[in-house]
Amino acid sequence: MINALPPAVIMILGGLLVPLFKGRAKQALLLLLPVISFINLLQLPHGSHWVYPFLGDQIILARVDKLSLIFGYIFHLVAFLSALYALHVKDNVQNVAGTVYAGAAIGAVFAGDMFTLFVFWEMLTISATFLILARRTERALGAGFRYFMVHVAGGLCLLAGIIMHVSQTGSAAFDLIGLGTTASWFIFVGIGVNCAWPFLHPWLTDAYPEATITGTIFLSAFTTKTAIYALARAFPGTEELIFIGGAMAAFPIFYAVIENDLRRVLAYSLINQVGFMVVGIGIGTALSINGAVAHAFNDLLFKGLLFMTMGAVMYRTGKINATDLGGLYKSMPWTCGFCIVGAASISAFPLFSGFVSKSMVMEAAAHGDMRWLWFILLFASAGVFHHAGIKIPFFAFFSHDSGIRCKEAPRHMLLAMGISAILCILIGCFPQYLYSMLPYATDYQPYSISHVLAQSQLLVFSALAFTLLLLAGIYPAEIRSVNVDADWIYRKGGHQIYRFCKWAFNGINDWADRIFVQQFTKLLAQFFEEPGGNLQKYGYRLWVEGCGIPDDQEHVGKKIDSRSRTAAYPVGVGVLLAVMILALASLLLYLR
Amino acid sequence: MSKHTISTDEKPGMFDKPQNVKRVLYALFTCVVLLLSIDLFYHKHGIFTWESSFGFYSVYGFVACVILVIIAKYVLRPLVMRKEDYYND
Repeated sequence: MINALPPAVIMILGGLLVPLFKGRAKQALLLLLPVISFINLLQLPHGSHWVYPFLGDQIILARVDKLSLIFGYIFHLVAFLSALYALHVKDNVQNVAGTVYAGAAIGAVFAGDMFTLFVFWEMLTISATFLILARRTERALGAGFRYFMVHVAGGLCLLAGIIMHVSQTGSAAFDLIGLGTTASWFIFVGIGVNCAWPFLHPWLTDAYPEATITGTIFLSAFTTKTAIYALARAFPGTEELIFIGGAMAAFPIFYAVIENDLRRVLAYSLINQVGFMVVGIGIGTALSINGAVAHAFNDLLFKGLLFMTMGAVMYRTGKINATDLGGLYKSMPWTCGFCIVGAASISAFPLFSGFVSKSMVMEAAAHGDMRWLWFILLFASAGVFHHAGIKIPFFAFFSHDSGIRCKEAPRHMLLAMGISAILCILIGCFPQYLYSMLPYATDYQPYSISHVLAQSQLLVFSALAFTLLLLAGIYPAEIRSVNVDADWIYRKGGHQIYRFCKWAFNGINDWADRIFVQQFTKLLAQFFEEPGGNLQKYGYRLWVEGCGIPDDQEHVGKKIDSRSRTAAYPVGVGVLLAVMILALASLLLYLR
Repeated sequence: MSKHTISTDEKPGMFDKPQNVKRVLYALFTCVVLLLSIDLFYHKHGIFTWESSFGFYSVYGFVACVILVIIAKYVLRPLVMRKEDYYND
């Protein structure tokens, strides 16, 4: 038995204790939790731990191997950096949600069975929703609600898949599944929602820019990367992922070029980067999966760094739209510098972290002779430099002087950004340490003259294109606007469905009310006031019209009325009705 | 003018001087020419045959970005751009 706790326990339980502390003690706790949790993780040997029987199967709280460990390490590192960045936040909702969210992600990557995975998967959704709602604006409320609905739907899809899978195979172990059965498709799509696949993606670009400044740092890290881990575990080498990943790498860059909200630009480029990872998992060779995992590792750092710099800008200026910003390099030189490091890393400049991982996926695609895919990924590489590498720093820190003068970012933010930036450069310069942690042994060499030269040419000529387009005035001016994306389907489409339902169902309701409640009951009431008399009157009228004999309705009607008023019938009406019902019943019985 | 005005704000930034912007541009253009001319002397190795042809990455990078911007501006934007309060009603 090992003297350690299950990997997620410290972050989740510790996170729940945070509101009991105040001031410095709370800050210390928030910083210490990831550190203690990380030390705890180091105690765990490879293998499955905390295995308990459950519903005739077993749950495994910690499955420790190279794939889960590398995600575990980077999640702890990012949890620490995010906590450091968010050190000024006194709001308990955010403190708890952020810590529990990181803990849930750690729990999910170490889950050895699908039930445990599902529990942590849902915990991710709930805690992330609070990070969005904590902004406490009307837009954040709407975005948080949509985020929650989409992820609950995705979670249910996953759960349905898990239940089918377990009942078919009799095993809940979370290992290679592969596409084939209906159950596997449900699990596949359930993971795909969290992975922000095309058309399932708008929760990401909708919600992340609406979350709190520090909440977005947490959000950008865990949900999509947990999904990448799950895909790498359950669906490596699934060909569909190559198409999905290719689309993910390509389409967001178009949106990113015309988007005004700089955090939303980063959200689009997040999908673009995750696309590279999905492709890597889809190709399924040792090189490509290594590339996908390494890129996830690096992306957590440089995307976190970029979101941090934009968060710092937002924290100091209160603005995030490119139309409102510019010239901030004078006020926030350090943040500007860190932003450029993040931009160089995401653009895969040589000596920066993106270079040593993205190229693995590219090379794996080339080895597999996937030409169209290779061209798309190369296009996406040039594009990401264009929008994340140049656009973000240029419009925030340079461009026209917006006249905003503010203080440099607070010290703890600078520290978090500084550590991230240094790590981006260190990984870029000494990639062998990252490579040694990857799931498959590799002797990959990113730094060949050809490769460095090729990448430099690609990027510098992209920069040239940006410059010339900007000087020529062709580069699209930033415009305050909303760009419609696939969330239109449920944001506007939802209204349309609502309107249609209102029209259709309320219409049926009105009609039913008019016919049955008002007219039919009125007629019935009139009829049963004098059932015998009315029956005779209608019968007489029918007879008169049917036989064509001279009409004497008025006279006959009066006679019927007076007879029924005085009840001068040979047989009581009640008896007559009873006899009729009996006759009907016996007829029915006879027919049977 | 009050004496509380922060004097550091009055210092012109590095890119307030047009000659500095020009210097950056010249540096970029120099890089462009240098990187392209290396292709004349150094034969790149790649997995695909076209990777080693002269200026492939340079041309692809440039053309890709121009196409990206043109499509985003003239195709995507007219299709998807709405007023800021589009979703608010």
